[in-house]
Amino acid sequence: MSDQAGQAGAAEAQKKQTGPGRGRAIRDSILEGNTFTVTVLAIFTAFVVGGLLNAFTNTTVLHAWGNLFSDPGHAIATAWDTAVGAYVEMFEGSIFNPHTVSALFQQASFSAAIHDGYLSAVFYPLSETCVQATPLILAGLAVALPYQAGLFNIGAQSQLIGGMIFATYLGYGVSLPVVVHVVVCVIGGFVGGAFMGWIVGELKARTGAHEVIVTIMLNYVMIYLLAYLLSFPYLMQAPHSSNEITAAIAGNAHLPLLFGSHLRINAGFLIALACALAIWWLLSRTTTGFEFRSIGKNPSAARVAGMNVERTWVLAMLIAGGLAGLAGATVIQGTDFTLNFQSYGTYGIDAITVALLGLGRPLGVVLAGLLFGALHAGAPLMQAVTGTPVDMVEVLQAVIVLFVAAPPLIRAMYRLRAARAGGVGGVMSKGWNA
Amino acid sequence: MTIAGNVLTDQALVNQAPVSPFRRWLAPATFAAFGLINIFVLGGYAHKGDATFAFSQPFAKVTVPNLTLPAAATCYVCGGISIALALVRAFVPLSKLMRRVAIGLVLFLFVLSLLCWADAGQTTAFNIVNLLQGTLGQSIPIMLGALTGVICSRSGVINVGIEGQLLLGAFTAAIVATVTGSLWLGLICGALAGSLVGVLLAVFAIGYRVDQVVLGVVLNTLVLGLTGYLFDGLMVPYQNTLNSPATFAAIKIPLLGDIPIIGPIFFDATIFLYLTYIALAGVQVGLFSTRWGLRTRAIGEHPIAADTVGINVIAMRYRNVIAAGLIAGVGGAYFTIGSVGAFGADMTSGEGYIALAAMIFGRYTPIGAISAALLFGFTTQLQSIMSTLNTPIQSNLLLATPYVITIIVLAGLVGKVRGPRAEGIPYIKS
Repeated sequence: MSDQAGQAGAAEAQKKQTGPGRGRAIRDSILEGNTFTVTVLAIFTAFVVGGLLNAFTNTTVLHAWGNLFSDPGHAIATAWDTAVGAYVEMFEGSIFNPHTVSALFQQASFSAAIHDGYLSAVFYPLSETCVQATPLILAGLAVALPYQAGLFNIGAQSQLIGGMIFATYLGYGVSLPVVVHVVVCVIGGFVGGAFMGWIVGELKARTGAHEVIVTIMLNYVMIYLLAYLLSFPYLMQAPHSSNEITAAIAGNAHLPLLFGSHLRINAGFLIALACALAIWWLLSRTTTGFEFRSIGKNPSAARVAGMNVERTWVLAMLIAGGLAGLAGATVIQGTDFTLNFQSYGTYGIDAITVALLGLGRPLGVVLAGLLFGALHAGAPLMQAVTGTPVDMVEVLQAVIVLFVAAPPLIRAMYRLRAARAGGVGGVMSKGWNA
Repeated sequence: MTIAGNVLTDQALVNQAPVSPFRRWLAPATFAAFGLINIFVLGGYAHKGDATFAFSQPFAKVTVPNLTLPAAATCYVCGGISIALALVRAFVPLSKLMRRVAIGLVLFLFVLSLLCWADAGQTTAFNIVNLLQGTLGQSIPIMLGALTGVICSRSGVINVGIEGQLLLGAFTAAIVATVTGSLWLGLICGALAGSLVGVLLAVFAIGYRVDQVVLGVVLNTLVLGLTGYLFDGLMVPYQNTLNSPATFAAIKIPLLGDIPIIGPIFFDATIFLYLTYIALAGVQVGLFSTRWGLRTRAIGEHPIAADTVGINVIAMRYRNVIAAGLIAGVGGAYFTIGSVGAFGADMTSGEGYIALAAMIFGRYTPIGAISAALLFGFTTQLQSIMSTLNTPIQSNLLLATPYVITIIVLAGLVGKVRGPRAEGIPYIKS
């Protein structure tokens, strides 16, 4: 009894901070503006933090710091060069590389330049960013959609592996005509991921097993299952191979390239954008989407209103799993073409940061996916040229999300006026038992 | 007050809704499934011959004779008992304690069958002492992490960042122990590193009211990235000066350490195991028998009531989360200066998440969490021993079993675990 009263008190307190309903449109627009400002500042701050980290841990800079008193200018200059140099390489690897443009203008004629791939070279970094962003957007949606329905999907990784296994098997195991094969594999990827998501939703709906625990456990189960499948030729290991890798998928199963053979950007990127659009439509224009959001806000109220909470949980996890499975399929069919025991990479964790930076909304997820895609695309060049470890990307992602999740911190840092709604924004909490 | 009334009815509805015939038959069905596996899979496919179990280590002062069981027959008997328990569970109303005993018994019979199946016809005896000793070793970081989780949850903060606390503890302990040459300093700094992650968790979760599950995952990413970055950038080039700590030696407790079976398992280990005993006792007594514990449980269940009687909810949550981080930090230090002796990127490999699962499994009690952590440690150790036994099962499938069993047990036997009521909900003083 008293517990319920306590909850009511908490609910009341939470109500207070969202403020009164009048002037909603004006306030929302101000908040939107603030969200944007805060996000930009958060990203900027994260880069400063990353730069400092780089400047104070790089071995050459550390030597220069050792001579700080004899040659302070040199120490500071080295630190600055190291920090900025890493970001310059990252930028050249992900957005735009001036060298490629100068090379383009040195060519005799424009048509020859196109033919020899010099024009492609200019767009190569952007293409790589889109390639990296594709699975991030899809997996980010797989976290964002259940989040709207009040579920934490920590298991994008397991669903992604499920999708990869299905898509790869259909890719090399069956032989189909040109267009059909791609479509079958993509659908297979969706089904494989959706199955993994369905398990989570069904267990939560029927037995109350918490989805966070089940998804975490499934991540490990799928990693070991993948390793198992790749260990035996009669399962999925490539014939006559001693490595844990499958045979290459058939050419018919490759996702078509969008801008010629020099650039890796492929139809997977379009699939990601289409899915983001579809999820936006689902959430904001359909009854099902309304049910998702209602249940995410308050499952008890939704149940009283006659919504089937359990069924919606299952559906949300099913779709989410499918999206993560699609992410896996685009990696296999778009760029990798084979499945090995490390194909799943860090997409599962990255997906969570993408969904958070995107504030759980489809458009936000696309933008966040592009940003983190750019970080991932630029990191290899950064490591190759400046020796800064690629783990920098994980640090940047985490710091960006930390700052985005705590707007008051950013506002305090830059002395911004607090938003009218009481200064609490970003990702709002719901209890574990919700 | 009207709101209070509404919430009351809503809660009642929520609590009523998921109960179904499905739920009622789930536990008996799971019992029966284990029984059938014992009989048809393990018993049916066991090699001919006996399984031998050893209970002493070589050179022990007092030895215990080996136990020899006919493998297949034991599996059949275990399976039969499990199915009988399923019938009892289905048709006889049992008390809560008896239900738990039944769960434990079914799992024990399953493990016994598994061991018989694995050791059937082998020339070497299966050493139970090694299995249990290794179990405790494997479990130390999980146990300490789970205790941290218990304190945080009981204070109303869900700590998903245990993984990050373990990893930063491992990293810091390695680097400090190497640079200073003092293991104790390494241990202390490892604990402080776990606490540092606790500070971040507290500031963002309590101060900025960020969603706590999300926050935990982000903190884990941050620590993973940071330690990976520093490992590649500094530790690899300067391996000798930054990443080659000594390790704590085992301390054998006089007399107790010589008791057969129990001695080598419980009283012949590194300082970390003894610290775990202290932490377990401290958290158990602290939570349930002291004023601090009563207050902690109060701010986790009903912060408004706690505030009304004069407890500073926010300050107490800060203190508890930060202090609890010390325990996980020690657990992290175990990885480097307790066992391996060098840091490696992502060396905790998800044990913090396992600790989180163990805490929920253990229904947010210290003893329950420790038991669940031991279950995980046991399956991990069992897997590593069985992989040396030439069992026909593939090691990757063995590695997956702890996680599959967790899902089965969570879904089939435990079901919905109610955490402290205010867990994960930031307190806003009105």
